[in-house]
Amino acid sequence: MRVVGTSVERLDAIKKVTGSAQFADDIQFSRPLFAQVKRSPYAHAKILKIDTSKAEQLYGVRCVITGEYYKKRAGLYLEDKNFLAVGTAKFKGEPVAAVAAESKEIAEEACKLIEVEYEELPAVFDSLDGMKPDAPLIHPDLHTYKVAPIFYPQKGTNISHHYVLRKGDAEKAFKEAYKTFDNSFYIPHVQHVPIEPHACTAQYMPDGELCIWAACQSPFAVRRALAETFDFPLNKIRVISKAVGGGFGCKAGTTLEGIVIPLAMLCPGRPVKLTYTREDEFQYAYVRQGLHIRIQTAVNKDGKIIGSKNVLAWDGGAYTEYGVNIVKAAGWGCVGPYDIENIATDSYCVYTNHPVGGPYRGFGMSEIHFAIEQNLDMVANEMGISPLDIRRINGIRPGGVSATGQVIDVAGYQECLEKAAALIEYDKPCEPSGNPRKVRGKGLAGGWKAPSMPTDAQSSVIIRMNEDGTFILLCSCHDMGQGSDTVMAQIAAETLTVDVSKITVRTGDTDHTPYEWQTVASRSTYCAGNATKLAAEDLRDKILEVAQIKMGTWKKDLYLEDGYVRRVFYPDIKVPISTFALGLMLPDQSGIAGPMIGVGSYTVPNNIAADIKTGLSPKPVAFWTMGVNGAEVEVDLDTGKVKVLKMVSVFDAGKVINPQMYEGQAEGAMVQAMGTALWEELKLKEGKVMNPSFVDYKIPTFDDMPELIVEVVENAEPTGPYGARGIGEIVMVPGAPAIANAVANATGVRFTRMPLMPDVVLAALKAKK
Amino acid sequence: MKEYLVKFFVNDEPIELRVPANRTLLSVLREDLALTGTKEGCGAGECGACTVIVDGKAVNACLILAPELDGMHIETVEGLAKGSQISPLQESFIEHMALQCGFCTPGMLMSAESLLRDNPHPTRDEIKKAMSGNLCRCTGYKKIVEAIEAVAEKGVYDK
Repeated sequence: MRVVGTSVERLDAIKKVTGSAQFADDIQFSRPLFAQVKRSPYAHAKILKIDTSKAEQLYGVRCVITGEYYKKRAGLYLEDKNFLAVGTAKFKGEPVAAVAAESKEIAEEACKLIEVEYEELPAVFDSLDGMKPDAPLIHPDLHTYKVAPIFYPQKGTNISHHYVLRKGDAEKAFKEAYKTFDNSFYIPHVQHVPIEPHACTAQYMPDGELCIWAACQSPFAVRRALAETFDFPLNKIRVISKAVGGGFGCKAGTTLEGIVIPLAMLCPGRPVKLTYTREDEFQYAYVRQGLHIRIQTAVNKDGKIIGSKNVLAWDGGAYTEYGVNIVKAAGWGCVGPYDIENIATDSYCVYTNHPVGGPYRGFGMSEIHFAIEQNLDMVANEMGISPLDIRRINGIRPGGVSATGQVIDVAGYQECLEKAAALIEYDKPCEPSGNPRKVRGKGLAGGWKAPSMPTDAQSSVIIRMNEDGTFILLCSCHDMGQGSDTVMAQIAAETLTVDVSKITVRTGDTDHTPYEWQTVASRSTYCAGNATKLAAEDLRDKILEVAQIKMGTWKKDLYLEDGYVRRVFYPDIKVPISTFALGLMLPDQSGIAGPMIGVGSYTVPNNIAADIKTGLSPKPVAFWTMGVNGAEVEVDLDTGKVKVLKMVSVFDAGKVINPQMYEGQAEGAMVQAMGTALWEELKLKEGKVMNPSFVDYKIPTFDDMPELIVEVVENAEPTGPYGARGIGEIVMVPGAPAIANAVANATGVRFTRMPLMPDVVLAALKAKK
Repeated sequence: MKEYLVKFFVNDEPIELRVPANRTLLSVLREDLALTGTKEGCGAGECGACTVIVDGKAVNACLILAPELDGMHIETVEGLAKGSQISPLQESFIEHMALQCGFCTPGMLMSAESLLRDNPHPTRDEIKKAMSGNLCRCTGYKKIVEAIEAVAEKGVYDK
């Protein structure tokens, strides 16, 4: 291959290093209005009365709205969310009213003048409490909500989805086991923290057209959700997404769009803008859900796991319109990349009065693998087997079977494991630190992830050829830093046999770029990549169709190379492809055909929903990407501080389209995983976010960067474009448990809750003595 | 709010503005001058996305009050390239893929530019220290360090 597999320069690189890339908040509007939000000070409260009259009278205020203005609920999978609270406020900071004014200062002042009377209600702050029969109900009308048919809300409870998996006979396996284990873990809420905060502007025109500029990963999903909520036909609502400054999931669904739209509708012609502050971002953007997870393991004499029972209680927060799908995805992936015959899993999505849960890189996998991979080490230690061997024994191999019963034909897990173990020199002791109070250890962890999307999630791509033989590629998978623009250009360039510089990629405008379900799930390289390849092939066929007339031979005897159509048997006979850009002019100067446009539409083939009773499906997902992280750490016994010295990353990418961008994904993911393992937790006290700043919520900095080593395994994905499968999320998944396993290896202390903050580590070390 | 008349330079261009006492340099750049290359990531001096060079020193534009600007020389990311000729540092960021989403990139570049002018051949530890006020959520920092090391090695900033 010529272009695929090479580190071509990012298409957006020059724009981004010169400050000319335009992000949502950078767009200049004439006569903008500024929105601000009045928020609930209570985690759970009945709204008795809202008086907006004083705010409305403030000079410069253009309109004030409350939840009563637009009561229709929204939601991606479960319509349970109001953009402005209706009836009750369900989390601390939930919007109850909003203002549009001539300046930010006036909007803020107006919010202070809105008077709200509340009656505080009993609240739920833990998913296990929320599942109790006497728990206060957060959504009493849950059973009446519109829901996608693959989710099962439980009437009269806080459970918005219960995924059940029953494979084989877990009970029997536990009876027959040589040994059984029972371990529980807790993973707290964490925040995505893209460096770009959410931003959105909406403009409603007098002719009924609505335009939204948003920092958003998924313009089409957002368009549909907003159109349904605000009763717009899809041809009257347009969502534009410019450069997105990091998403990691939090810019996937609808967020502040639903606040500015009703304001804009009351002020026709005026763009209404809202940009989150960092404090807002920490508190009101989607959070990664908290998780209680209990894993029971049945093992035979040789260390083979014969049964696994899992209970997952997810803290979905006040609205779980997106969270229900994470809960389902976690059920599908519940035992990790291990081939286990008998499994019983229950995964619950539970409403609490916490911030709203949503997708975060890994989509449940980072959370469950923190437990799965530590559990494996704990089992190995008890069994007297090395952590490496227990993974060799149980790790999936080609032809192995997933938890849902899917046969995994391509499975590079074992290769990744051996490679990662070699890179971290797992069989050798650590170099001593030179200080007896600083102990070192190594850890390994594996992981897998599949794109959790509707079984018929769609992508489409259009490639237009220009008169000079250059191309415009239109798609709506969105580049939020992961590099999808460049990947699509590489796939198209490979198929059309032209240089990447000949291809310009345009994305993110629901009026002008073609349909894409969402940019999530590590699905873009695979799904949009397949659509790109189909579009390029369609264009190639159309070119050859016309070229056969010009070149006097059959289409099958023609091919594209370097911007020319050539004859198979006489490759020196060549015609520039630009000749056919607008069709073909015949010798009599008449024209035939017409402008060359390639179209590619793609739906994941043969994905089948899981059975409601057993949770089984022979193919619920397009593919599983798997791999292994290794970590070496140093623990300071006097301070409890954990320093990660080295991390290694080996995943089976199928085919790496752009090696340098792949490395970037893997390196960034390891460091992000390290942050969650060591420091990151959104601290919640009775629903209040206690650490909404970078000072109190520490993310990794330059100073924390360990040595990072990235290698790759390439077992081609048979249905992927040029063999590729998605990798952006999975490369983060085993990072945190690899670090936790290394800490346990160094200290002999096991941490079943993240993050491993120095005080926690120190207390545990003292308790051990 | 009391207003102040300030005269200063942005990327060598003279600017004259009346600014309220509480306006920040970041707001002046982004809102008054539409120089949106400088980003707001936190508004509190914690993330470095708004780093600019003021009188030769890298600072967070969100922490400078506009009335202080009188007579100052401010350099923003828009001033790094000369016309369409990008600087060696920008080139190195591209070559080493030291950016992903690009939102922290302007601040990263300005911090690195300031470091390299003061210290044309920094050690890895000096780079980490000088850059530690700039947060990035995408890259894991490695490629940014490599980009800075590579441009230093070329001797571009030698005095």
